[in-house]
Amino acid sequence: MSEQALVDRPPRERFAKAGRILRRIIREPLGAFGLTLVVIVVLSALFADVLASYPPTKLAPAERFAPASLHHLLGTDHLGRDLFSRVLHGGRIALAIALGATGLSLVGGIVLGLIAGYGPRWLDNLMLLLFDAIKSFPTVMLALTLVTLTGPSLLAVLIVVVLVNVPGYARIIRTQTLVLKSAEHVMAARSMGASTARILTVHILPNVIGPILILASMDIPVVVAIEAGLSFLGLGVRPPMPSWGSILNDGFVNIRDSYWIVIAGGLPIILTTLGFTFLGETLRDVFDPRLKRRT
Amino acid sequence: MLRYALKRLGLGIIIVSVAMVMLFAMIYVIPGDPASVALGPRATPEMVQALRSRMGLDQPIWIQFARFYFSALRGDLGTEVLSGRPVLNVVFEQLPYTLALIAGAISWSVLLGIPLGCIAAVRRGGFVDRVIGVLSVAVIAVPSFVIAIYSLLVFAVALQWLPAIGAGEPGNLTSQLKHLVLPSLSIGVGWVGYIARMVRASMLETLEASHIRTARAFGLTDRRITYSYALRIAILPTVTLLGVGIGNMVSSAVFAEIVFARPGIGKLVYEAISVRNYPVVTGAVLVTTVFFVAVNALADILIGALDPRVRTSFS
Repeated sequence: MSEQALVDRPPRERFAKAGRILRRIIREPLGAFGLTLVVIVVLSALFADVLASYPPTKLAPAERFAPASLHHLLGTDHLGRDLFSRVLHGGRIALAIALGATGLSLVGGIVLGLIAGYGPRWLDNLMLLLFDAIKSFPTVMLALTLVTLTGPSLLAVLIVVVLVNVPGYARIIRTQTLVLKSAEHVMAARSMGASTARILTVHILPNVIGPILILASMDIPVVVAIEAGLSFLGLGVRPPMPSWGSILNDGFVNIRDSYWIVIAGGLPIILTTLGFTFLGETLRDVFDPRLKRRT
Repeated sequence: MLRYALKRLGLGIIIVSVAMVMLFAMIYVIPGDPASVALGPRATPEMVQALRSRMGLDQPIWIQFARFYFSALRGDLGTEVLSGRPVLNVVFEQLPYTLALIAGAISWSVLLGIPLGCIAAVRRGGFVDRVIGVLSVAVIAVPSFVIAIYSLLVFAVALQWLPAIGAGEPGNLTSQLKHLVLPSLSIGVGWVGYIARMVRASMLETLEASHIRTARAFGLTDRRITYSYALRIAILPTVTLLGVGIGNMVSSAVFAEIVFARPGIGKLVYEAISVRNYPVVTGAVLVTTVFFVAVNALADILIGALDPRVRTSFS
């Protein structure tokens, strides 16, 4: 599809297409289930202020280790903080990091992939080698090394996620760019004197971006897991800021007496990863059935 | 075949070298000087200066890197900050525990994943196939550390069927195996899903192949065809999948070791961080990276030996 067609298409038609896709997702039981979970998670994060009955960092020493009740839907932790409120606010951080880090990785992956695919051969080989080298560090080991030096922070989590995701995205973009490099429409553009930047952004990028968007959407649960995991280890979100991972850690320390804290911390992670994964799988099947065969 | 194996090993060595450059660059670029990190905030400038020259940090960067690289080749990863013991010894002491954990995880994933994938392929499109499909996706999606903590809560704390802490008594195999069940399951359960999906897909592909059709034409039973002809080919990709998965399993092992208070590389690094035992961190990261690259090269060579087509496609 040319760029002109995208611009000229009336908005109503685009809505109709979105509607068709939505209907196909809902028709699949798994897709409907995934979409429901994702909507619940996103809404509860957006409206955390309204839904939470307590401020997420409010201490109440008198109500420490209270099990789930009508006052505290998920109980309280070792400082008497309301776990339900903390879970809702933790969702904001989880989703913000997931979207931010995935977006950054996409930009990095696309730029590097285009350079590797369209640039000179030696640069391509060098970049492939770098991607393989980054991939050879186990994720958590990479994170541990970084955090040893920088100290725990949200920024460290962000850097880890980008480092881990970029090589995969860049590789896919590179492979497709290599194929398109000698495609007729690219040759034609080049013979008419189009600049490299124009060829890359106008003639190659729109053709390679589709599959990678689907893959990135399927990586969102992985990023949620990385943030929660690092925060569980005390290497991500700093207290008193609520994070599902740090709630899980508070619960882990007190697992023998107060089981509800780990349940409160783990449940949102399970629901979010399941929701995004089921939705992502259905999206992939609807958009691009060819990708299915690869897994 | 030998040429392919040598080429693949060569590539592995290059990747490890590049990884070492990156590890070194990371240490160098990141603000915060290793000597002052190691000594903590209360160190005097003279102490920092003394440690800097002992660690060689006052030398030009390329000399530092050459020293780092060549002593690592000789197996010298520096000495621990507190005890002065060689880092390599410290890491190798913990390595067997992590290897046992990963071996356990692989056993779970192969023993459960291959039969499940096989059943799903035979019952293609049926109810059983759908259930296995959904479960596979679900166990892949949920992070292993959540599974570790929940299984600790259910099987060790609430039901008390299995031990919660440690690696078992030394020398007592039953006790060690009991301590291995939950941690290795928490790492392996996601891989049950990956392997089941993959075996199902490659099984379906193989069942269409011409030699299977010939076997059918010769009147062999379905059971014979499925389990001894098709399955043998369909499980080959599992080797590559597990090879690539080793890095991921090392990551999960860090969590499993912390949750179940087991000795191992992950716990070593995690504890080294809290006391700023900085050479141990880089040393352990380097050892796991070499391990991961070596396993991948071995998996590729093994596949190359089993399937000659792979050899020719490698350049």
